[in-house]
Parts: sequence; structure tokens; C-alpha cells
Amino acid sequence: MKTILTLVSMRIRITMRNKAFLFFSLVMPMVFFFLYGSIFAKGNPVVVRYLMGPVVAMSVMGTFWGLSAQIVTWREQGILRRFRLSPVSAFSMITSSILANMIMILPTVVIELLLAREVYHVTHLGNLFSVFLLALAGIGSFASLGLIVASVTNTMQETQIINQLLWFALIFVSGATVPLPDLPKVAQHVALFLPATYLVSGLQRAMVDQANVFALWAEIGCLLVWALLAIFISSQLFRWEPEAKLPRNAKLWAASTILPFVLLGIWENHNGKLLARSASMMEERPADSSQPPAPPAKH
Amino acid sequence: MASPILQVEDLVKRYGDVEAVRGVSFSVAEGEVFGLLGPNGAGKTSTVEVLEGLRVPDGGTISVCGLDPQKNPIALKNEIGATLQATSLPDKLRVNEAIRMFAGFYKRRRNVDELLQRFGLQEKRHAFYNQLSGGQKQRLALAMALVNDPKVLFLDEPTSGLDPQVRREIYDIIEELRREKKTIVLTTHYIEEAERLCDRVAIVDHGKVIALGSPRELKQKSEHTSRIEARFARPASNGTLKGLDGVNDAREVDGTYVLHCRKTAPAIVALVKHLEAENNELVSLEISTPSLEDVFIELTGRRLRD
Repeated sequence: MKTILTLVSMRIRITMRNKAFLFFSLVMPMVFFFLYGSIFAKGNPVVVRYLMGPVVAMSVMGTFWGLSAQIVTWREQGILRRFRLSPVSAFSMITSSILANMIMILPTVVIELLLAREVYHVTHLGNLFSVFLLALAGIGSFASLGLIVASVTNTMQETQIINQLLWFALIFVSGATVPLPDLPKVAQHVALFLPATYLVSGLQRAMVDQANVFALWAEIGCLLVWALLAIFISSQLFRWEPEAKLPRNAKLWAASTILPFVLLGIWENHNGKLLARSASMMEERPADSSQPPAPPAKH
Repeated sequence: MASPILQVEDLVKRYGDVEAVRGVSFSVAEGEVFGLLGPNGAGKTSTVEVLEGLRVPDGGTISVCGLDPQKNPIALKNEIGATLQATSLPDKLRVNEAIRMFAGFYKRRRNVDELLQRFGLQEKRHAFYNQLSGGQKQRLALAMALVNDPKVLFLDEPTSGLDPQVRREIYDIIEELRREKKTIVLTTHYIEEAERLCDRVAIVDHGKVIALGSPRELKQKSEHTSRIEARFARPASNGTLKGLDGVNDAREVDGTYVLHCRKTAPAIVALVKHLEAENNELVSLEISTPSLEDVFIELTGRRLRD
């Protein structure tokens, strides 16, 4: 435990000294926040509250990007080898990465919520406990996703390609940029298989409908199960050295992490509550905000 | 010899079809400085990385501090310290943070300020890793390797790529550790390093130990009693020099002729006569006892850094 805490404090310290990290985890989310709040919602508190789900979700989802890049760089530069010489386990490396990301990303979420209240006068931010639990489960899930990406890729170039693809899937087919009801029918059904969708809609329900933790059990539960599964698998796949070979079925293992969402997706596609809910949530917004926000790009 | 703290028997390590280590055996006593001397690619790094638990051996038995590196990796890592060849630290980590962090991973640990002082890193304690020079990085690596007061210290090419002055600084540090009776296993392709620092040396080539003993023993084992380095006014042929009385072997290295001799005096007389007959002149002549390099050449027919 002490090793994990030592690693967490080191991670936070050196990440805070990294200008690229500060840009992507603080400046970019703020740009999205003001873009969504002032341009798309035109400062209307009801619409801002509706769009806070996507804004917070994007800050949370971004964790996988920086983490995978960091781990791959550390492996390429032989930094992980030095850790491997000491009695540090792969599990400590992994859990410390995730904890450090929670500690670093959560303040951004808090700032976004505070700004929503102060700048756009959103007086009711909904069930904040649900919001934070979803954010934490989301950071855990997406940080683990970053670790898996780092395990199955070898070079920074490969990592960035996978990151781009994942990022676009996560933000476009999840309601994070284009609201779910505005997506083509096929895309809506595909979205029901993606974790990002549950994060976005869970956050929206927590803030707009004041849904409590019990009402959001499927969303929170699935993100948590996914996080645990991904942590387990990334600790199996963790590679300290670039030459280290992946187990032959590594990509299968990695792919198996989507299992909880396949199940949830099938279930949601059958009973269809999520799509109906997000359609009704959108209808409750004032009409002037029907224009879908433009997609933000990363890197 | 005191009971060995480290034992390797018949170690084999393969990378695909390449057999990097082919049946290496040796043991190291407590308090001994043991060197693996050999050219690049001889299998030295593979050997120590197996001992450190970083690589999985393909054969043989290993015991380090009574532990099998594969069966008890964490227990082993608590007992050993090491510097690696290809390694680094995060750029934005400060010197004192690095040492403090690694100290935090161990139950047994040394005083961080003392280590900073000892390795001359006090002034650089707040510097980022990427602001350090090569020598400072190596001193930091050594300080980090000692942070748990290890029972065995592995130094993989500790002075490789450093300029001569920095190299001497590192030698001083290792000699100090030797005086403190620290058990050290070091790999090197520098003859000087092996002769100066090691109690015993294993000469390694093509994944095998081809000679083992103290530097003095190895040199005594050499069948030559002396080595003559000579420069001539005009080139001479190695073939004729080899045939001279008392000369075992002759080769030309950068214009200097190196003769390995069984009997020194007759060899010099024969050489001078030969030059006279050839109408050649002696420009310089130097007689020395054989070095480990000569032993290596004798055993492999190659120079260490060919």
C-alpha cells in the first residue's frame, strides 16, 4: 500500500510539471465547457445543465489518452525497467496510475460544476453524489482502458493511432458531442454498446433528473465492473520492456473487457429505456438549442 | 573462499534462435568484486539480467542470496541493487525525489541525505533528471542502487560512454565500496576496469566463460612472459616476425607491432638482428608484462574491441 501511495505522489508531481498534461486536462476541458455553455447553450441554465453531462464525460474520458502515452513513453525510454529492478509489482504500477488520475481529474470536474453555477447560474446541479460516483467510476474505467492500450501497442505512433480512433468513437457515438436522439438510428443502437454512452447518459440523468445512485445502478455498476475487469486484464498484460512479448491471446483478452457492455448493450437494445429517456430529456430543453454542437478534436 | 552468496550453474539464455548465454557457470563470495569481462554481445548483460530477475533463463540453476530470481522475485529485489545499461528516469523527476521514492519501496533503507552527500549530488538535489550530465546520471544510478543497502550490487557497464575523467570518478566510488566489503558483480569491456576493480574476473566470449581467476592468476596462466611493443621505420611482415626466436605471436595494431614472447632477451636480440638484415630501423621499443587484453587475444585470437 505504501508503495502505491509513493508512486501516486510521484505520478502527480511529475504530471503536474508536464505542460502538455495541463493543457489537455485543464485547458481543453475549459475550452469545451465555455464552448458548450456560451455557444451551444447560449448561456441558458437549463440547457447548460443538460450539456454538463457531455462536458464532464469528456474530461473523464480524456484520462485514457494521457495515461497510455505516458506508459508507452516510460517503457520505450527504459524507465519501467528501473522500477522493475525494485520490489514494485505490476499491480502497484497499475493501481497507482489509476488513483493518480482520479486525484488529478476530479478537480477539473469540480471546477466545471462550480463554473456552471457561478457563470451560467445553474442552481440545481442534480444529485452530486451520483455525479461524483459516476466520474470516479468513469476515470477508473477509462484510465484502465489507457493501460490496456499501452499494453497492446509497442510504439508511441501505434498508441496515438489507437487513441485517435477510440477518442472519436467515444465522443461521437455516445451523446457526448451529438445528442443521442440526433444520431442515425443505427448509430444509436451501436452507442448502446459503448461505455461512453452510459457515462454521458448517467451524468445527464444525475444532473437533469436528479437520479440517485440506485436509479443509476446499471450505469455505475457497468463502469465499475468494466474498471475491475480492465485492471485485472491490464495487470496480466502489463509489459515492463518493449522487447517483452505479449501473450498470444493478449488482444483477445483486451477485447474481452467490452463484455459487460455487450451484455448491457443487448439488454438496452431490447428494452430501449435509455434511448427513450435521452429523447425525452432533449425535448425538455428549450427549443433554441436544437443545433448540435460541433465535434471537438484532440491533438 | 567464503561460502558463495551467488551461484550460477550452466546458465543458458536464448533470444529466438540466438543463444546469447551458452552454459555459464561461476560463483561469487561475499565481499568479493567479481567482473564479467568480454566484448559487446558476449552475453554479459543477459547473464546479469537473469541474475537480477529481469529475464527468464532457458536453462541452468541460479541462486542469489539463497533465492531463485524466478521463484522469489520480490524477496530477491529487496536484497539486491543494480545499475542497468539501458534505463532512464522521468525527465521531470528531481534527484532527491528519485532517491526518496526508491527508498520508499524497501523495508531496509539508507539515509537519503547521506547518499546524496556521498555521491556528490548535494548541489544537484533539486535538479530535474533531464538536467543532469552523463556522469551525474550515473552517480544517481549508483546512489539509487545502494538505497536498500543491498547484499549484492550489480553494475552493468558502469562507465560505458563516460569520458575518462568521469570514469575515474566512478572507479573511485567502486573502490570505496570494495573497501567496505560490498559484494559486487560488474560487467565491462574495459580491461583497465577489470584489472583495477575486480578481485576475480570471468572472461566471457560468445556466451561462454573462457577463463576465470584473479587478474594476476589469469596473467600468470598466460604462456607468454612478456609483451613487446615496437615501432619500425618501415613496415615489417607479421609472418617473419612470428618466426623469430622466442616470439610466440606477432600482430600489427595501428602501426605498432605487438610481440608476445616466451623469452624476452632472445626475442629482442632476434628482432634487432632481423631489422638489421632487412635494412629496417627500430623507432621505439617497450617491454611490458602481459595484460588481460593479451590473455583475451591469446584465448580468442581477437582483440576485445574489434
